[in-house]
Amino acid sequence: MKNELLQQEKDKAVAILPEPVVNTIQDCLKKKNPNSHLISVLHAVQDHFGFLAREHMDAVSVLMQIPSAKVTGVASFYHYFNFTPRGKHRVSLCMGTACFVKGSGKVLDKLQDLLGIKVGETSADGQFSIDVARCVGACALAPVMIVDEKVYAGVKPDQVVKILGEYGFEPKKAKK
Amino acid sequence: MAEKNVTLFINGVRTTVSASSTVMQAADAVGISIPRLCYHPSLSVIGACRVCIVEVEAQRNPVVSCAFPVQEGMKVNTSSPLLRRLRRDIVELILDNHPQDCQTCERNGTCELQKLAFDMGVKTRMFAGERKRFPVDTSSPVHRNPEKCILCGRCVRVCDEVQGVHNLSVQHRGFHNVVAPAHDGKMIDSICIHCGQCVNVCPTAAFTEQDATESVFEALSNPDLHVVVHTAPAIRATIGEGFGFRPGTPVTGKLVTALRMAGFHKVFDTNFGADLTIVEESTEFLSRVQKKERLPLITSCSPGWVNFMERFYPELIPLTSTCKSPMSMLSTLLKTYYAQQIGVDPEKIFVVAVMPCTAKKFEAKRPEHMAPWGKPYTDAVLTTRELVWMLKCLGVDFHNLEDGAFDSPLGVSSGAADIFGATGGVMEAALRTAYEKITGQELETLDFETVRGVEGVKETSIQINGLTINIGVANGLQNAKNLLDRVASGERQYHIIEIMACPGGCVAGGGQPYPPRGMHVLDPELGRLRAKALYSIDGSKSLRKSHENPAIELLYENFLGAPNSHLCHELLHTHYEPKTPRGVK
Repeated sequence: MKNELLQQEKDKAVAILPEPVVNTIQDCLKKKNPNSHLISVLHAVQDHFGFLAREHMDAVSVLMQIPSAKVTGVASFYHYFNFTPRGKHRVSLCMGTACFVKGSGKVLDKLQDLLGIKVGETSADGQFSIDVARCVGACALAPVMIVDEKVYAGVKPDQVVKILGEYGFEPKKAKK
Repeated sequence: MAEKNVTLFINGVRTTVSASSTVMQAADAVGISIPRLCYHPSLSVIGACRVCIVEVEAQRNPVVSCAFPVQEGMKVNTSSPLLRRLRRDIVELILDNHPQDCQTCERNGTCELQKLAFDMGVKTRMFAGERKRFPVDTSSPVHRNPEKCILCGRCVRVCDEVQGVHNLSVQHRGFHNVVAPAHDGKMIDSICIHCGQCVNVCPTAAFTEQDATESVFEALSNPDLHVVVHTAPAIRATIGEGFGFRPGTPVTGKLVTALRMAGFHKVFDTNFGADLTIVEESTEFLSRVQKKERLPLITSCSPGWVNFMERFYPELIPLTSTCKSPMSMLSTLLKTYYAQQIGVDPEKIFVVAVMPCTAKKFEAKRPEHMAPWGKPYTDAVLTTRELVWMLKCLGVDFHNLEDGAFDSPLGVSSGAADIFGATGGVMEAALRTAYEKITGQELETLDFETVRGVEGVKETSIQINGLTINIGVANGLQNAKNLLDRVASGERQYHIIEIMACPGGCVAGGGQPYPPRGMHVLDPELGRLRAKALYSIDGSKSLRKSHENPAIELLYENFLGAPNSHLCHELLHTHYEPKTPRGVK
């Protein structure tokens, strides 16, 4: 019994995902429990696209032969994964206990106010998106804000404009 | 290897059980049924609801008995003031996140949560707060209402473990937890095959079937319509349960009388369609065997299986019998042959089919089963549960009904048709006819015991005129997968395969009555009892072979011509297409 339809579907999935991710999946499939690598595959997909679109997750489902409902079940469980395109610069604020006690809530208010968006959203010009982290494990530096890869320690609300400025933020431009 | 046993004490009662038992199983053995909710004996254990907690000596906190293994010398306490309070609080917390509409709920009276709340003594509401809100998904024959969902995960487990469909999963997190298909999609856009096993195992009304009762009541009160009904083989073995009969009580005669009392103008038997299916399918099979092509032939009566095949095994389309199901065959004849016979405009005939099945609701609406004037041949499909409700609504005293008889000629059937409702039944019916067609001789023993029984996969070979016919029978789609994978790998070669989507066959279909206390859905014993009723009906009939049904012979003579004739192909056969989204095997 030939299975051309499945092959066609796999070819389509390969075309959707970038080559390194496809290679990662092929490597995982050779390992002992291929399904246990789903999360790391999803990480790779999100690293590439900045988010997980429906077609990305379906392609992972086809290539790893994991039912689609399980893929979206796993992806939607973790806050790390997001399903809409993210901004060019990703602002992440730690809301862990230490950071919160040291005032990260107020920093977040300022951030949302300046960018005119809420947590999980992306600014209209596509430049910034805001996420909150549960704890980044750097409590001594609380409150911690991370923009892209750079860590800012002991952030106060009135420093937010300046930090965002490093990434091309102009207060008036971003306001609707 | 002898199994190891351990001895433990449950509420001071000494008991010896197998070392692989859980505390819950050990308690069951001494007659203590620990309250439970997410637990289902035929599914894996997840310990999600925490209702079944017990105290175990030397354990700091109560433990969940469904998941806790027994140990030598263990001392278990299943009831204490603390346990009673904790269990009551757990159920109360579930209730506080649940719509409080028991009186108007579809599961009123059959709801496990409702019963548990009563048993646990929930008398007041302590925990006011926000309640989760989700829209109801009524897109498909299987309705999904996440507001009534208590996240026990039984539907997810039955869909994964028994049916191998994997359509459902818990999506999102915490307060936003919801059981849904991929991407929170609608059931109709998902890989759901509409088998309804999620409806069967759901303790509440989070999964229910689409209601057809209103449209049937409306049709019955419309003076312009000629309303006819036909009932599937399995219904006569199960509908009694809805009125308190013991499982396995055949009630064919009462069922017919009840349907007449409900106001149906004619009461026909889907069995007639089953006999016709056998004649058509065995002709198809013999022609394939002679030409040695497109083997194995795979049966197509089960709409859940057909849906599954189109999404998971589209490569098997050429092997699947082109015969419509008995329901669709009979419904088609009712609006063609029967309409001609009685001289009624077929558009004025309203055909109701009583089915053990939710997927039949989907089948009835498939474009392939539409009449040329754009309406379905089957206007409404009622599940067994829905018919029970309608009869109760009408006040029919089912217990004391006289036995009635189906109308002729589309109500005449052989015993071979009755057993269609049990796994292996379609195969046995086909063998009775195929054998006699090939050999031209009468079959001595009509009972093919090797294809009977509730095992998931059955295999046998029979000799017909020196020809060895290899047979495969599977029920429950995970079992079907296992069987088909063996075919794909070349490990097995069959000539004919019967597949029924539901575990045990139609007698355990997704539209059957919720079982009585002490039994559970998916219980092999329940399937066995219900099947026994069908085999007893078959055994008591003198007409036991489909091709000897005089009404079928007459139908071919007066209307259809020969089996597999051009007209037969036009009216009684169908086709399949690969469907997307595809499922993962």
